Amino acid sequence: MTALIAALLIGALLGFVLWALSAPFRARGSATQPGDSDARRALESAKQSKYSEIRDNETDYRTGKLSDEDYRALDRQLRAEAVEILRAIDELDASIPAASD
Amino acid sequence: MTPPRKRQVRLIVSLTLAVLLASGLIYTSFSAASPALTPSQLLRQGRAGTDIQLTGTVVNHSVVDRANGAVDFELADRTGGGPAVEVDYSGSVPPTFEAGRELIVTGELKGRTFVAQPSSMVTKCPSKYSAAPSTT
Amino acid sequence: MAFAGRVALVLALAVCAYGITAALYGGRKGRRDWVDSGRRSVYCLAAILTVAMVILEIAFIRNDFSYNTVANTSSTTTPLLYRAAAMWSSQEGSLLLWVWLLSIWASVATFITRNRLRDIVPYATSVLLGFGAFFTTLLVFFDSPFAQTHPAPVQGAGLDPLLRNPSMLIHPPMLYSGYTFFTIPFAFAVGALVVRRVDADWIRVTRRFALASWLFLGIGIVLGARWSYYELGWGGYWGWDPVENAALMPWLISTAFLHSVMIQEKRGMLKIWNASLVLAASTLAIVGTFLVRSGVLNSIHAFGASTLGIPFVALIAAMTGGSIYLVVSRRDVLRSEHSLDSLFSREAAFLLNNVVLVGLCFVVFWGTFFPLISKAVTGTSAAVGPPWFDRYTVPLALILVLLSGIGPAIAWRRASLANARRNFRLPLAAAVLMAVAACTVVPISSSIGVVLLFSAAAFVCASVGQEFWRGWRARRATSSDSPLVALASMVRRNRRRYGGYIVHIGIAVLFIGVAASSTFQHEQTLSLRVGQSTRVGAYTMRYIRATGSVVADPNHTGATMTLGAVLRVTRGGHYVGTLRPSAGYYPAAQIVPGLVVASLISGDAVDQIGLQSSWRRDLWAAIKPLGATLPANGTQLPEERLVNLADGTISPTLSATQQLQTAFVELGLIVAHYIKFPPAASFTLIASPLVMWIWIGGLIVFLGGLTAIWPAPSALRSRLRARYLARVAQELGRA
Repeated sequence: MTALIAALLIGALLGFVLWALSAPFRARGSATQPGDSDARRALESAKQSKYSEIRDNETDYRTGKLSDEDYRALDRQLRAEAVEILRAIDELDASIPAASD
Repeated sequence: MTPPRKRQVRLIVSLTLAVLLASGLIYTSFSAASPALTPSQLLRQGRAGTDIQLTGTVVNHSVVDRANGAVDFELADRTGGGPAVEVDYSGSVPPTFEAGRELIVTGELKGRTFVAQPSSMVTKCPSKYSAAPSTT
Repeated sequence: MAFAGRVALVLALAVCAYGITAALYGGRKGRRDWVDSGRRSVYCLAAILTVAMVILEIAFIRNDFSYNTVANTSSTTTPLLYRAAAMWSSQEGSLLLWVWLLSIWASVATFITRNRLRDIVPYATSVLLGFGAFFTTLLVFFDSPFAQTHPAPVQGAGLDPLLRNPSMLIHPPMLYSGYTFFTIPFAFAVGALVVRRVDADWIRVTRRFALASWLFLGIGIVLGARWSYYELGWGGYWGWDPVENAALMPWLISTAFLHSVMIQEKRGMLKIWNASLVLAASTLAIVGTFLVRSGVLNSIHAFGASTLGIPFVALIAAMTGGSIYLVVSRRDVLRSEHSLDSLFSREAAFLLNNVVLVGLCFVVFWGTFFPLISKAVTGTSAAVGPPWFDRYTVPLALILVLLSGIGPAIAWRRASLANARRNFRLPLAAAVLMAVAACTVVPISSSIGVVLLFSAAAFVCASVGQEFWRGWRARRATSSDSPLVALASMVRRNRRRYGGYIVHIGIAVLFIGVAASSTFQHEQTLSLRVGQSTRVGAYTMRYIRATGSVVADPNHTGATMTLGAVLRVTRGGHYVGTLRPSAGYYPAAQIVPGLVVASLISGDAVDQIGLQSSWRRDLWAAIKPLGATLPANGTQLPEERLVNLADGTISPTLSATQQLQTAFVELGLIVAHYIKFPPAASFTLIASPLVMWIWIGGLIVFLGGLTAIWPAPSALRSRLRARYLARVAQELGRA
C-alpha cells in the first residue's frame, strides 16, 4: 500500500518538474513589454531613490540638522538630478514605439 | 591639500592605525592564551602553568564523589586508549556529567594530578552529528 | 516511503544541475525561455524538498525507527513536539532543513525579481542552485536522512533532554533561516559583479534580503543566549563559545552592510565596501554552519568529528576566492561616484561604524580560531578565554553604542558646527546626568566601564528620542492629524529611518542589561541541607523543603523523575519570592535487566532552573541533588542506595511490562522518601541585576527591524510619487 503511494508520489513529482521546467519553451510570444524593460526599471528605481533623498533632506532640515542655505542648495541640486532622471525616462518611453515597428 | 591628497592621507592614517591595533591584539592573544591539551599531551609534556585547558573523555568507573558535590575522575583522550590523568574538581558540576562524556576543564597540573579551577567544567553536547552512529 | 525520499533527493540534485546549466546558457545567449526554465528549477527544488521534509517528519511523528535518524534522535517517550523537532537535531536532518529553507527563500527571491534585474538574475539563480546542489550532494552521497536499518529497532535513543526546551525548538530553524537567507544577497552580489551592474535597483532588492537575514540571525543569537541562561546550569548567557561567535560574526558584518548600503543608495559611495561586506557576511554564515558540525574547535557544541569537514572547507575556499576575484576584477565599476565631503557628516559616522564593526568581527574571528592559529604558529594549540574577548570587545562595543546615538542626529554630506551643537546638547546632558547618577550608585573605580556604557545608552536614548520628537513636531506642523496619527504616519512614511532608530534604542537597552548583569552579579555554589540558608548579594536564600515527582513531568519533557527544592528568598527580612529549581532524570537508552529502576533514571539529567525575574534583578537557582555515583557509568544518582535496593526486589521472572510497572511504583516510594528525608543538595545560586533588560532590548531590536523591513503600502507610494512628480514638473515648467 505504501509502495503504491510512494510510486504515485514520485510520479507526481516527476510530472510536476517536467511540466514546470518545460513551460517557458511551450509558451511563445511573450516578448518584452515596453513597460517591463530592464532599463526602465533601473530608471524607476533611481527615481524612487532620488525622491527618497529629497524627502530625507527635507526631514533633516525640519529636524534641525541642516541650515537654511545648506538645505536649499541641496534641495535644488537633488531636484535637478530628479529632473534628469525624468527626462531619461521620457526619452526611453518615446524611443520604444519606434523600436517595435 | 587637494581633496584626492586628503583622501590618500586619511586612508594611510586609518590603515596604519588598523595595523597597529591588530598587531597589539595579536601580540596579547599569544601571551593571554592558555594551552589547550589532551590528557596524553599533558602527561607527556608535563606542562606547568595555571591556565591549561584540558579536553578529554571521562574514563568509565573512575568517578569518585567527595564532600560538597566535588568530584574526582580520570580523563583520557577522546580517541580512547592512552594515558588518563587524575582530575580533582570542585564547584558546580553540569548535570550532563557522566562517564564517557566529553568535557573541557581548566586548571593546572600539580604533580600527577590536574587540579581544576572551581566551576570551570564545560560538558559537550552529546554527539548527534557523527556520521556513524554509535550502537548501544 | 524512505525510497521515495531518496528518489526525491536525487531528483532535487538533478533539478539543481539542470537549473544551473539552463540559467547560465540563457544568460549568456540572451534567451529568456532558458533563463525562465532555470528560474523555475528553484520553485521545483522547493517543491521536491518540501515533499522530502514531509516524508521525514511523518516518520518522526509515527516513530518509524527503521529510519536510522529517527532511531538515533527520537523515542516513543519523547513528547510529540520534540519528536518533530528531533528531525533537525542530527547532521543529516539539519542539512535537509538547511537546504529546504534555502529553497524556500530562493523561491521568494526568484518570485520577487521575476520582472527585474534581467541581466543579473541568471547568474544569481545559478549561484543559489549551486548552493542547493552542494547540500543535496552531501545528502545524497554522504549522509542521507533516509538511510534505513532492517529490522527496525524497537525503541529509539530519544531526543537529548538538554534540547527539550521551547527555545531549542525555535533556535535552530531561526538561526538556519538567518544563515540561509544570506545566500540570497550573496547570489545577487555575485550576479551583479559578474555583469558589472551595481546600481540602485540591485540595492533595493538586496537590501530587503540582507535585512531579513540580519533579523533572523539576531533573533537566533538572542534565543541561543536565552537557552543558555534558562537551561544550562551555569547561569550565563554568553560565553564566547565558538558557535556563539560563529553566529555573531556574520551578524556584525551584515549590520555594517545595512548601514553602509544606505550611503551607496544616497551618494554612490562605499561600493567596494558594500560588495565586500555582503560577500563576507555570507561566507561567514557558511563558516558558521561549518563550525558547528566540524569538531575542529573545542566547544560545547562541537559535535564530534564529522566527515563533512572537507567539502565545507572547499565550499568556503571557493566562496572566498571567488569573492576576492570578483571584487578585484570589477573594481572599476565599484569606484565611488562621490567622496567624503566632511568628517562631520553621517557618511563619515557610517564609515567609522563600518570600521568598528569589522574590527569587532576581526577580534571575534581571531579569538575563535586562535587554537588553530596558535597550533600553526607555535605547534601547541592554545585558547583565549572570555577575559581576552571582553578586553577588546567592550571598548569597541562602547564606541558602537556612542555612534548609534551620533548617527541619527548628524546630517548628510556636511553638518554645520552650529547645528551640531544644537542637536547634541540634549543627548550630552543626558549622558552626563546618567554618569553622575551611576557614580552615586556604583563604585566608579571598579566599574568605569559600566558607568561609561550607561552614559552612552542615555546618550543614544536622548538622541533618538529627540529625533522622534522633532520629526513628530514637524509632521504636526504640516498636517492636521491628531497626535497619535501623526506619530504613526511619520513612522510609516519613513519606516527604515524610524525602524532603525528603534533598533538603536533596543541595542542600548540590551547593553545596559549586559553591563549591569555581568559586573554586579553575585554567585554561590554550595551544598545546603533543609533549613539552611545562605546570602547571595543582598538576598538570603533558605532551603525550605524538598520536592519530587515521578512521571507526572511538570515540564512536559518526558522526565521519569524530577527532584527539586523550594527556596525562600528574603531581603532585609522581607519576603521577596520563592524559587523552585529541580533536576529532571531521564531514562537511559536501554533498560538494563536487573537494573530496571536505575535504568529509568540514569540517562542524562537536566536542570530546571528556578527563576524569578523582575525589572530590577533576576534570582536564579539550580539544584543538583547529591548522590552516590553509579558504578556502572559514573552518573550521580540521588538515593542510589534505595535505587539498588529497589532493583534487588524486582523479580526477574516477571514480564518486561510488569517489571517496568513495579519499577515505577518503587520509584514513587523512593521519591516519597526523598521528600520526607531529604539529603543535602548542591545549589548554584545567582542574584543578577537587570537581566530582563537584555531580553527586552532584544525584543525592541526585533520590533525595530520588523518596522524597517515592512514594505510601504503601494497606494501611499503612488500618491506621494504623483505629488512629487507634479512638483518637479512644475519646476521644469518654471526653469
